Amino acid sequence: MPITHATEKFNYPECDGDVLQVRGLHFSYPDGHIALRGISLNLCSGDKVALVGPNGAGKSTLMLHLNGILEGRGEIDLGGLRLSRDNLPMIRSMVGLVFQNPDDQLFSPTVFEDVAFGPLHMGLSESEVRVRVDSALEAVRMISYKDRLSHHLSVGEKKRIAIATVLSMNPSILVLDEPSAGLDPRAMLVSPHDTRLAQELFPRTIVMDDGNIVADGLTMEILKDEELLTAHGLEKP
Amino acid sequence: MHSDAFDRYHHHDSALHRLDPRIKVVVAIAFIISNALLPDGAWMAFGLAWLFVLLASALSDLGLGYTFRRSFIVLPFALVAVTVLFSIPGKPVSQFHFMMWDFTVTDAGLLRFVSIVIRSWISVQIAILLVAVTRFPDLIHAFEHLRVPAILTTIIAFLYRYLFVLSDEVIRLLRARQSRSAAAAGQRSGGGVLWRARVSGNMAGQLFLRSYERSDRIYNAMLARGYAGQLLTLNPHELHGRDWAYAVAAFLFILAMQFVGRF
Amino acid sequence: MLYSPIAPMHIPDGFLSIVISVICWAITIVTLGVAISRTNKSLGERQVPLMGVMAAFIFAAQMINFPVAGGTSGHLLGGALAAITLGPWAGMLVMTAVIAVQGLLFQDGGLVVMGANILNMGLLTAAVGYGLYRSAIGSKFTIKLTVAGVAAWLSVMTGALATSMQLWLSGTANIGVVVPAMLGVHALIGLGEALVTVAALSFILRTRPDLLGEQSASAQGGRGWILTGVLITLAVVLLSPLASASPDGLNRVAMDLGFIQTAQTASGPLAGYTVPFLSSISASKIVAGSIGVIVVLAIAVITGRSLQTKKPNS
Repeated sequence: MPITHATEKFNYPECDGDVLQVRGLHFSYPDGHIALRGISLNLCSGDKVALVGPNGAGKSTLMLHLNGILEGRGEIDLGGLRLSRDNLPMIRSMVGLVFQNPDDQLFSPTVFEDVAFGPLHMGLSESEVRVRVDSALEAVRMISYKDRLSHHLSVGEKKRIAIATVLSMNPSILVLDEPSAGLDPRAMLVSPHDTRLAQELFPRTIVMDDGNIVADGLTMEILKDEELLTAHGLEKP
Repeated sequence: MHSDAFDRYHHHDSALHRLDPRIKVVVAIAFIISNALLPDGAWMAFGLAWLFVLLASALSDLGLGYTFRRSFIVLPFALVAVTVLFSIPGKPVSQFHFMMWDFTVTDAGLLRFVSIVIRSWISVQIAILLVAVTRFPDLIHAFEHLRVPAILTTIIAFLYRYLFVLSDEVIRLLRARQSRSAAAAGQRSGGGVLWRARVSGNMAGQLFLRSYERSDRIYNAMLARGYAGQLLTLNPHELHGRDWAYAVAAFLFILAMQFVGRF
Repeated sequence: MLYSPIAPMHIPDGFLSIVISVICWAITIVTLGVAISRTNKSLGERQVPLMGVMAAFIFAAQMINFPVAGGTSGHLLGGALAAITLGPWAGMLVMTAVIAVQGLLFQDGGLVVMGANILNMGLLTAAVGYGLYRSAIGSKFTIKLTVAGVAAWLSVMTGALATSMQLWLSGTANIGVVVPAMLGVHALIGLGEALVTVAALSFILRTRPDLLGEQSASAQGGRGWILTGVLITLAVVLLSPLASASPDGLNRVAMDLGFIQTAQTASGPLAGYTVPFLSSISASKIVAGSIGVIVVLAIAVITGRSLQTKKPNS
C-alpha cells in the first residue's frame, strides 16, 4: 500500500484551472516503479509555479504527462480540452515542454531548423513557420543566431534557443526544467534546481515527494516552513 | 571542449559560397564522373580538369593552393595501384631487383598508374572544395532535394549534429583512461593488446548505452514538438538565374574536357 | 586522437571504373531501398532518432583507438556491431550514413565510388556480421560472444575481399597481389574489430541485457539472415584462395565479361611481362595458411576472453 500524504494547505488565491487541470494522476513505469500516486493540481493563466522536490520525486514524470509523452491513469485537461490520443497533436502545441539538457532539445544541425521543427509539424504554412521562427528568436533575443550551427553555440545560448523551439509553437503554458531568461506572460511550470531562484521568480510553489504533491501555496510561506523543507530534502534559501 | 576539427567549412562570401548547394553537388559529381571516363593518358584533358579545379578555387576566395595542400589524402591508397606498373604488358621501361624478385616496369603500366593517380588526385580536390564552400547542413538539403530518401538525409543530419556531442564524450572517456593508466617510471602502462582492446570495447559499450539513452530523450523532445513519424523540412534554397548560368558554364567545360580527351 | 581514417578500405574516386561504380551503386540502392521499408515497419517512428544517434555513436566509437604494436593502432569499424545491436537493416542504414559523412566531409572515400564503399563496409559487413550472429541467438553468453567475434572478423575480411575484387575488375590492381595484400592487412585489422566488438557486446549484455534480448529489434531479423551470412562467408572462403592461386583464370573470366579492357588488348604474350611471383603458388599458400591460423587463433582468443569476462567485474 503506498503511503499517502495529505497535502499541506498554504494560502493561495483560488484557481479554477483554466490553463491546466490534473485530476488523480497515477503512473508506474514498466519495471514496476511507482512514480505518481494520484497527483491533482490546477494552473491558471499567468501562474508562475515552481515545482520542487528531491530527486526521484516524480517531477519529470509529471512534466512528461502534460503533453502525453507518458500516459498514466487520471485526467488531464488543457484549456478545457481533455487530453486523449485524438487531440494529442493539438495538446502538444499548447504545452511547451523544454527538456533539461539542451543537447537533447536541439537535435537539428541549424538553429533555424530546430526552431522551425515545432511549427512545421503543427502543419503550418511555410510563410507562417518563418514568421513564428523569427518572433520566437526575437523573444529570446537570439534572432542574429538564426543561421548558426547548433554545435557552435555555448551552453547559455543553447538554453535560450531551446526555449525558442517551443515558443515558436505558441503554447499556452511553458513547462521547463530551469527558469527561463526574461519575462513571459504565459503560465509557467518550472522545476528550478535552486530554491533561491524560486523565491525571486515564482509566486507559487508546489512541493512533490515520492509521487505525491505534499504542499502547494505561496512560495514565501512554503520557504519559511523549515520543518516541511527538511522533511522533503529541500534546502532553505 | 569543442571538436572543431570536424568542420571543413570556411566562412567567406565568395561566388562559390553563394552558389546553390544543389548546383555545387551536381557539378562536383559530374566532374568526378567525367574524370573517371577520361581515357588513360589523356594529358590535355587532365590538364583542363586541373584548370577547372583552379578556376573553381579562384572563385572560392580560398586561394589556389587550398585544395592542393589537402589532396595528399589519396596518396596512401595509390599503393594498391602500384601493381599495375608491373602487371600490364608492354615495353619494359625500367627493371630492378628487390629481395628475391625481379620487377619490370612497363610503359603501358606506367601510363595506367599515372592516369589513375591523376584522376583520383584531381577528383578529390573538387570534393575538398565542395565541403569548404558549402555548409554541411546545406549539403544535406541539397541531397534531400536531389531525391535522396528523407530517412537517410535525416540520419546524416543527426549524425552531423551528435558527432560533436559524442566525440566530446569520447575525448572525456579517453582522458579518463589516460589518467588512470599510470605507469611506474620506465614501465609500459596497462596490459597486453588484448587487455587494451577490452578496455576500448568497454568504452565503446558504455558510449553505446549513453547514446541509446540519449536517443530516447531526443525522441521525447521530438514528440513534444509534434513529431509523429513524418519528417518535414523547409527548402531554404531557391535556384536563381545566376545559379543556372554557373551550372551551364561548368557543364560546357566538362563536355569540352571530354571532347579533348577523346579526340 | 581525433578522427583517424583507416585508408585501405575507403576507395577514393578515380580508382574504380565507371562500370564497376555503377554496378555497385545499383546493388547498394536496391538493398538500401529494402532496408528503408523494413526499418520503417520494425522500428516505427522511433527509428529516426535511434538510427541517427547510433550513426554518431559508430562514428565516435571509431575514434577509440588502442595501441597494437610498432606505432600502429587498432579501432572499431563497426559494421558488425551496428547490425548486431540494431538489427541488420537498421545497421545497414546507420553504416551508410557513417560512410557518406566520411566521404563527404572528410574525403575519406570518394563520391562516385561511394556506392562501392557503402556496399563493402556497410552492407556486406552488416549482412555477414548479423547473419552469423543470428545463428547464435538463444545460445549461451560465451557462445554468443565467440560467434560475434568470428562474425566481426569475417565481416572485415568480406569487405576487404569485395574491395580487392572491385579494384581488380576496374583494372586498377593485379588480383594476384591485391587479394593477398588486402586480406593480409585486414586479417589484423579484423582481429582488432573482433576484440572490440566482443568487449562492447559483453559490456552491453551485462549492463542492459534487455536491449539485446530475444524480443529486441535486433533479434527479429528472419532466419534467412543466417543463410545470407553463411553464403557470403562461403563465397569469401572459396574466392580468396582461388584469387591468389589462379589469378590467370579469374583474369580470363573478367576479360570475357568485358571488365578488363587494358589486359584484353594483349592477352597473348601476357606471361612474358608479368612478375613471376604474382602467379606463383607460394603466395596463395601463404594466404590460405595464414587465414586458417588466424581463424583458429581468433576462436581460441575470443573464447578465452569471453570466459574471463564471466568473472566478477574488475
